[in-house]
Amino acid sequence: MSKNVDAIVIGGGIHGCSTALHLCLAGLKPVLIEKDYAGRHASGVNAGGVRQLARHIPEIPLSIRSMAIWEKISELVDDDCSFESYGQVLVAENEDELAVCRTRVAELNALGFTHEELIDAAELRRLVPAVAETCPGGVISRRDGAANPAQTTTAFRRKAEQSGATVREGVAATNIRHRDGLWHVDVGSESFAAPVLVNAAGAWAGKIAADLGEPVPVETVAPMLMITSRVPHFIDPVVILRGRKLSFKQFKNGTVLIGGGHLATPYQDRNETVLDWKSLATSAQTVFELFPVMRSATIVRAWAGIEAKMKDDIPVFGPSSRHKGLYHQFGFSLHGFQLGPGAGAVMAELIVSGGTQTRVSDLGIDRFHPSTH
Amino acid sequence: MTVAPRREDYDVVVIGAGPAGLAAAATSAEAGLSTLLLDENIGPGGQVFRAISSTPVTERDQLGADYWVGADLVQTLRASNAEVIQRATVWSLDRNLEIAVSIGGASAFIKAKRVILATGALERPFPIPGWTLPGVMTAGAAQTMLKSSAMVPDGRTVIAGQGPLLWLLAAQILRLGGRIDRILDTTERGNYFAALPHAFAFLTSPYFAKGLSMMREVKAKVQVVSGLTELAAAGDGQLASVSYVAGGKRETIPADLLLLHQGVVPNVNLAMAAGIEHRWDDLQLCWSPVLDASGNSSVAGIAIAGDGAGIGGANAAVVRGRIAARAAVEALAPASAAKLPATATLRAELAKAERGRLFLDTLFRPAPQFRIPSDDTIVCRCEEVTAKDVLDSVAIGATGPNQLKAYRRTGMGPCQGRLCGLTVTELMAQARGKTPQEIGYYRLRAPVKPITLAELAAVPKSEADVKAVVRG
Repeated sequence: MSKNVDAIVIGGGIHGCSTALHLCLAGLKPVLIEKDYAGRHASGVNAGGVRQLARHIPEIPLSIRSMAIWEKISELVDDDCSFESYGQVLVAENEDELAVCRTRVAELNALGFTHEELIDAAELRRLVPAVAETCPGGVISRRDGAANPAQTTTAFRRKAEQSGATVREGVAATNIRHRDGLWHVDVGSESFAAPVLVNAAGAWAGKIAADLGEPVPVETVAPMLMITSRVPHFIDPVVILRGRKLSFKQFKNGTVLIGGGHLATPYQDRNETVLDWKSLATSAQTVFELFPVMRSATIVRAWAGIEAKMKDDIPVFGPSSRHKGLYHQFGFSLHGFQLGPGAGAVMAELIVSGGTQTRVSDLGIDRFHPSTH
Repeated sequence: MTVAPRREDYDVVVIGAGPAGLAAAATSAEAGLSTLLLDENIGPGGQVFRAISSTPVTERDQLGADYWVGADLVQTLRASNAEVIQRATVWSLDRNLEIAVSIGGASAFIKAKRVILATGALERPFPIPGWTLPGVMTAGAAQTMLKSSAMVPDGRTVIAGQGPLLWLLAAQILRLGGRIDRILDTTERGNYFAALPHAFAFLTSPYFAKGLSMMREVKAKVQVVSGLTELAAAGDGQLASVSYVAGGKRETIPADLLLLHQGVVPNVNLAMAAGIEHRWDDLQLCWSPVLDASGNSSVAGIAIAGDGAGIGGANAAVVRGRIAARAAVEALAPASAAKLPATATLRAELAKAERGRLFLDTLFRPAPQFRIPSDDTIVCRCEEVTAKDVLDSVAIGATGPNQLKAYRRTGMGPCQGRLCGLTVTELMAQARGKTPQEIGYYRLRAPVKPITLAELAAVPKSEADVKAVVRG
């Protein structure tokens, strides 16, 4: 006998937790199902970048919507999520890269987006004094920042539960089926039924979509990160490079997080990743060159989170193109953390009102199935 | 001088040159397998045979006959073709048997067909009030100083805790002319009764006679207080006194040095980071790897020998090292295995070496109040997290050690949980009414020992990445 709820959300990452919370705020009673625990994978172990900077144009409206929520995150989840806003800076290492930056900012301005701002060498040096002097400038998004990803995802999960969501962790959702207008899902010995099903299962979402007849070009990846011991404070904004794979962030406690998208080998069925130290060495070398102050810091730990990457690097977000009541929210392709709060709010609007003021139409799953309608 | 590994690939890489590693490497090399032994210390021996080739303590009786057994193991190894590199810190091992090792400030990557982990034991955390004060140290640290430098305490010294190593250390300190003012024995009274059914095996084991004579030797010279139910260190920025309750009576004594010890537990960091399955051992109260009879772990090609496979002591470690190496030889060069002692012979030796262990484990199972702290007692030294902090986090939703990181950063400091992991697991298990197995342990990641950014930056890169950088 299935328990009837208003919505079934599969996946306890920041997206699933945020959607569950926003459904509660809209007066619905969802169940959130997570096979491990909330924030176990990409949502809990990513770099924590809260970034509008350098995003693909189709997802910028969602990112801007999300940014407004981040700036009042405590009001939403009763937790500051360690969010801090010192901007994110994209560094151009040479004139060619700066030219690309200039074109990009002009393109955004023409579309009416003003969050990215071109900066010269002097402003770059003011913002990031430790950066190598050869860098001619870059781009800044001043409202951007970073948060603690595990703390954030945990806070969304907790607030969702407090607001009325039923949370099931440690048991996978299985036997997903649509019958008599309702979605049915088994969770261990329990079953839930609801008119709405949200597929927010991260690296596991592609299979759910495919099993429901909506295969998409998605792969499982595991971007690596490493963190250093505490070093004296020397940088406030998050720094990313235009030309090389590097992102860089110093926390309040002095530790420095080094990322940038080098990939580990994921073993998805075992929840495991095997790190590629030779690629991490490339990141270390880049930091060594750009931030001499970091050379004697020690690497304390490295890891990788398992997540879904779409072929076109843009998430799958919105209603199914085949099934009534099915919604997809996955494939955030290494940049989904910042979108989480806003995506949950928009998803709740799509579910409750059937529409949203935030432009997300370019993110739909129908882009892969042009002929199904 | 820096000695890098001579090759990029080995048949067998043994990690750790304590009793298990010495025996494993010698066995593997004797059978003709290309064998590399990597060890973190300046000389072979591990903790039990520390400084076996260099100790300034020459009077054999002072360190005891068991210590000098190590010299034979080292000699056998040196007579073999095994390549041995000291001061080599393995900081990564993965399920593809790729090993990253730091030697003299430079890192190298090597690959093995088989890996034998012999990373030994760590002292169990002893989280009492004041355990982080300067002047409080582990007995193991004191023993390291004693063996490497013949240094013994000369201030007012209190030794507290339990277990065979505690008595051995006390005897060694006294023989070298060191000072011990009092020994505070934390063995639970009830444990004597619980251990009784295992007493026969113990009485007929080599531990018994040696242990008894050592305790007699120590008790003749030092006041021993038994049956402690409470223990705390106090002082303003430096240890000044130790207070305890025994037989319902509280006493406080001045002290300059407090040595704490309540047994050892497997050093699991490298094994766990490699993805090897571990289970909670409810008798030894620690995580032990899941192994078959030859020491093979859940990761194909990686075996574990010695105390890292579950505490068994030095004699058992030597045999487990030989068993694991024999299994490697059988897998890689079956024809050579005939030259080695038969598996059945080795298993019989192991059974003999492990005789009496059950008695010791039961008798010296540490009492809950010395494992599971409360209130303001520090649990995680790296991030200064107290027992109350952990319990507060549990109250608002932290379910296990990995989830706790989101609240308190426990285990995220440079020690990677070595000093707090067991405490956090047991504390959370108690608070949530679950077993430690259900609560779990930190997910451990490389580097299991920190390396500098400069060292990592200097390692050879993969071709694909070099190209990616050139392309920009």
